[in-house]
Amino acid sequence: MSANGILLSVACLSVSYDSIRAVDDISFDVARGEIVTLIGANGAGKSSILRAVSGLIPYTGGITYEGRDLKNIAADRIVGLGIAHVPEGRGIFGNLTVLENLKLAAWRRKDKIKIKADLEHVFTLFPRLRERGRQQGGMLSGGEQQMLAVGRALMSDAQLLLLDEPSMGLSPVLVREIFKIILEINRAGKTVLLVEQNAHLSLQIASRGYVLETGRIVLSGTGRELTGNPRVKEAYLGG
Amino acid sequence: MAYFFQQLLNALQLGSIYALIALGYTMVYGILTMINFAHGDLFMVGAFFCFLLAVYLKLSFVPTLLLSMLGVACLGVIIERLAYKPLRTAPRVSAIITALGVGLFLENFTLALSPYPKHIPPLLKNVTWTVGELSISSLQVLVIVLSLGLMLILDFVVWRTKAGMAMRAISWDKTIVPLMGVSVNKIISLTFAIGTGLGGAAGVLYSLAYPVIDPYMGIMVGWKAFICAVVGGIGNVRGAMIGGFILGAVEILVAAFFPSTYRDFVAFTLLLVLLILKPYGILGRPQPQKV
Ligand SMILES: Nc1ncnc2c1ncn2[C@@H]1O[C@H](COP(=O)(O)OP(=O)(O)O)[C@@H](O)[C@H]1O
Ligand SMILES: [Mg+2]
Repeated sequence: MSANGILLSVACLSVSYDSIRAVDDISFDVARGEIVTLIGANGAGKSSILRAVSGLIPYTGGITYEGRDLKNIAADRIVGLGIAHVPEGRGIFGNLTVLENLKLAAWRRKDKIKIKADLEHVFTLFPRLRERGRQQGGMLSGGEQQMLAVGRALMSDAQLLLLDEPSMGLSPVLVREIFKIILEINRAGKTVLLVEQNAHLSLQIASRGYVLETGRIVLSGTGRELTGNPRVKEAYLGG
Repeated sequence: MAYFFQQLLNALQLGSIYALIALGYTMVYGILTMINFAHGDLFMVGAFFCFLLAVYLKLSFVPTLLLSMLGVACLGVIIERLAYKPLRTAPRVSAIITALGVGLFLENFTLALSPYPKHIPPLLKNVTWTVGELSISSLQVLVIVLSLGLMLILDFVVWRTKAGMAMRAISWDKTIVPLMGVSVNKIISLTFAIGTGLGGAAGVLYSLAYPVIDPYMGIMVGWKAFICAVVGGIGNVRGAMIGGFILGAVEILVAAFFPSTYRDFVAFTLLLVLLILKPYGILGRPQPQKV
C-alpha cells in the first residue's frame, strides 16, 4: 500500500507524563511482515511507545499506519484499522469467560464466518483455551492468560500486533512456547512489534531491533547484529 | 393465610418497584464505581413525565410508559455527559457531590414548574379478581409482571449480549476496553440510558400504584432503593433485584403486623444487620485482585 512496504512509521515521537519525559524524540519503522523488537530496561519507555501507537495516551510527533496519520484517531477506532495492542500485564477481563474475552476482541468486526474461523484458529494455536472456554479469565494461569491475550489480538483481525513483554512472569519453558507461537503467527502473515526486557529470545526471533535507554534509541540493527554487539551483550544478555 | 398472601402480593408490588430503581444505582456503580445520587430524582421525573403525557397529551398507558422511559433515559445520558463525564478522573467524592447537586436541581426545577402535588389519572381500568379470600387487582399484577419482564430483559442484555459483555468488561478495567475496539463512552451512555430508563419506568408504575406525586417523592424511595442495591451487592444486577424484593417484603410485612410507624425503622435495622453479616451484600464480592 505505501512505499517500500512500510506498515508503521514512527517519527520524532515524544511522550511526557506531567514533568517526566518518558519517550524522547524517537523514530523507527516497521515493514510489513517483519518482527521488530524494542528492548530496554524497566522504565526505558517501551510501554509508552506502544500506548502512543494504539492511541491510549497523547504524544507529540507523528505515527502513521499504512500511510494514515493516527494522531486524532481514538484508540477504539485504531483497533479497527488493524492494530492490536496486547498490553503489559495482559489485561485479561477476569470477570468474563475465556470465550467472552475472545468475542469481545472481535467487537468491530461484522464478518461472522471469518470470526468463527479465526476463533477456530485461536483454539488450534492454543488448545488450552478451548478446554477453558467457559471459565472466567481470572481463573487462568499466567501462561494461559498470555495465550488468551495473544488470542484476542488475533480475534481483532489485526495486521500489526503490539506485544508488551509477553514473557513477563512466565517460566522459561512457557516463554519459549509463547515465542514459538509469535514466530508462527508472524510466518502466517502478521507483522509484530515486540517489546521486551528478555533481549535474548526477542533478538533471536526479530528481524530488526532497537535498544532503548531512558526514552531514547541508542542502538539499532538486525537481530543478529545486536546479539553480537558488545554493549548489548554486557547490558542485556548477561555479559 | 389469605391475609399473608395478600400482603405477599403487596410486597411483590413494592419490591419490584424498588428493584427497578436499585438496578439503576447498581449499573452505574458497576461501570463507573460512582453512586448516582440523582437517580431517585430521575425516578421522580419519570412520574412527572407520566403525568404530563397522560394529562396533557392524553396518551394511553403503553405510549406513556415508553415515552417516559425514553425521556428519563435521555435525561440520564445528558446528565452523564454534562455533569459526570468531566469528573471521571477526579476523586470519587467530587462526582458524588455533583450527583447530589444534580438531584437538588431536578427537585427544585420540578418544584418551580409544579408547586403542588399532582394527581395521576387512572390510565388503566382496574379490575379486582377475587380468589377465595384473596383479592387481586389487575394493576398490582401489571406492576409486578411488567417489572419482572423488564428485569428479565435487562438480565438478558447484561449476560447474553455483546453490549452487556462490554459493560461487564468496563466494570473490570476500563483502561483495557478501548483496545478491544469498544468505545467506552458509548457503553457508559448506554448503561446510563438503560439504568435511568428503568428508573423512569419505576416512576410510571409507582405513580399508577400510588397516584399522588410531588417533586420530593424520589428522595426517600431513592435512598431505600440505594440501600437495596447495597444489600444485594452494589454493582451486581441480580443482587439489586433481590435487595429490592427483600426490602419490599420487609416493609409490607412489618406494616401488616406492627404499627405502621415502625415500618422504616424495622426495615432499615434489618438491612443494617444484613450488611453487618455480609459486608459486601448478598451477591457482592470484595473486588478481586486485578493484577
Ligand atoms: N502513567 C504514568 N504516569 C507517570 N509516569 C509514568 C506513567 N507511566 C510510565 N511512567 C514513567 O515513564 C517512564 C517510562 O515508562 P514505561 O513506558 O512504562 O517504560 P517501560 O515499559 O520501558 O518499563 C518511566 O520513568 C515511568 O516511571
Ligand atoms: Mg513496560
